Amino acid sequence: MRDGELTLQRLKSENVVKVKLRVKSTKLSKIKESSLGYLFLAPSLLLFSLFLFYPLVKSVYLSFHLTDPRGRVAAFVGFDNFTTLFASELLWNSLKVTGLFTLMTVPAGIVLAIITAALTHIKLPGMRIFQFMFSMPLAMSVSTSAVIWLILFHPTLGVFNYLLSLVGISPIQWLPDPSIALLSISIMTVWMNFGFNYIIVLSGLQGIPDDLVESAKIDGAGPLTAFVRIVLPLLSPTLFFLSVISIIGAFQSFGQVHLLTKGGPAGSTEVLVYSIYKEAFVNYQYGTGSALALVLFAIVLLLTIIQFAFVEKKVHYQ
Amino acid sequence: MRKTTNNMNHLLVYILLVMFAVIVLFPLLYTVLQAFMNPTQSTLYPPKLIPESWYFGNIENVFSLIPVGTFISNSFITATAIMVGQVCIASMAAYAFVYIKFPFKKFWFILFLSTMMVPWEVTIIPNYLTIKSWDWLDSYQGLTIPFLASAFGVFLLRQFFLQLPKELFEAARIDGAGHLRHYATIVLPLSRPAIASLSVYVFLNSWNMYLWPLLTTNSEKMRTVQIGVSMLQFEEMSSWNNLLAGVMVVLLPSLLLLVLGLKQLVRGITAGAVKG
Repeated sequence: MRDGELTLQRLKSENVVKVKLRVKSTKLSKIKESSLGYLFLAPSLLLFSLFLFYPLVKSVYLSFHLTDPRGRVAAFVGFDNFTTLFASELLWNSLKVTGLFTLMTVPAGIVLAIITAALTHIKLPGMRIFQFMFSMPLAMSVSTSAVIWLILFHPTLGVFNYLLSLVGISPIQWLPDPSIALLSISIMTVWMNFGFNYIIVLSGLQGIPDDLVESAKIDGAGPLTAFVRIVLPLLSPTLFFLSVISIIGAFQSFGQVHLLTKGGPAGSTEVLVYSIYKEAFVNYQYGTGSALALVLFAIVLLLTIIQFAFVEKKVHYQ
Repeated sequence: MRKTTNNMNHLLVYILLVMFAVIVLFPLLYTVLQAFMNPTQSTLYPPKLIPESWYFGNIENVFSLIPVGTFISNSFITATAIMVGQVCIASMAAYAFVYIKFPFKKFWFILFLSTMMVPWEVTIIPNYLTIKSWDWLDSYQGLTIPFLASAFGVFLLRQFFLQLPKELFEAARIDGAGHLRHYATIVLPLSRPAIASLSVYVFLNSWNMYLWPLLTTNSEKMRTVQIGVSMLQFEEMSSWNNLLAGVMVVLLPSLLLLVLGLKQLVRGITAGAVKG
């Protein structure tokens, strides 16, 4: 009896120790696990802090200051950079130009991608070759594209004006004419982005189940009617995503303007990022440059929020 | 009757496709053809489209006019470093988000998400000043390190990790493998398709970078191909053939990558689109 009690007690106390030990060890392994998690995140977090979060804060800070050409803060000026900016031609002109550029590139680019993707989505022999050809502009960078188009656009020796002369149209001053330069840059941009847009739309089409379209055809709808009535609505999330990405991309354009026109003639192609570049790295006005960059940030943020709101709605609707 | 209209429709589809293909490929074809055209033929008017014979002088000229070899190796080193760095750093973060339990995971995840809303151009002035103050202008560090972290890469890989069977993780646990071994010997090798997609996508984007190398490299020794091509533009505006031969040389690596890795590239691009 006594022995029994003793053993029982011993067992109990052993258990307590064991439980305590286990609690301790799980606690330890939990801490170990957590710190490992943070260790795995550390490189990303460090780089984001240095090259993203800190620069964002610094941009706000710079936008309230005047700087010397070396980027050192010279004086606090409050909202002066913003008030001069909003009162100046610079901001409104570059917003107008960027808006026009967006209107000239985004709808055209998406329509072109829909047509070509729909055609290559038809099940006929040889489509893979066309799919590959339409993906080729993906390899183009902004500088290689710009150099090629600079030559195509040449007023006297360029191919475009030669082709126009064949049909009796007098040569167009593609880049030197202020009323045409932005259109020329837009045409080049639509071409440069074509591969990307095409891939997105094609993969959207491939995600639509074939039987839906087939059953519509059995019901007597022609291929075009079936496309407009059935495929386009199902493609709308892809198209919406593509529109937002394209608009944001248009607001970030820089290279083609820098290479083809330097913002000219007469500021007619000076897009927002080119203005940021010019203010900061040509005129060394880091303060107003940062203010401009924050305007860009606000616009892109707004677009992203609109997209999120829309996608949420879409999800609930389904 | 029905068959003939069908055939007519098919013919129409092919005609339209050929038309679009000609328009889309024309600038590229023009570049290649002009690059091989000899100087006397290229100055003729009306302009000739097809070279009489394959002439390699323009390509030789490019190599003597600008240090293309240096530019290509600079771009190659930069793009490779960014690619390798992004894959390592993003896969670690993605692994943590999928497999490791740690406090405030959700907060960090949303923070990562939010970084995608900041366009790179917004931060370019402070980043330039940072790089300059560290004396990193004209250096590989300056060209690569600001681009090593990418939220996009984390999401792409996370999406893939989530689809890996959970049993593998438990089996490895029972065998006594810790996170490090699980990450390096199981998750990474199994994720080759996703890593390939991310790699091709990142390499091409880095190879094509324009604004940042324009700002941070001044010496000819550190310039990348994209800036080098535009240098050719200012030196050689009189001779297009040289300029277009330069464009062709710069384009060759990207085209090669496109031929070899189109499937991966398409997966990388659509990863953002389809999953929203």
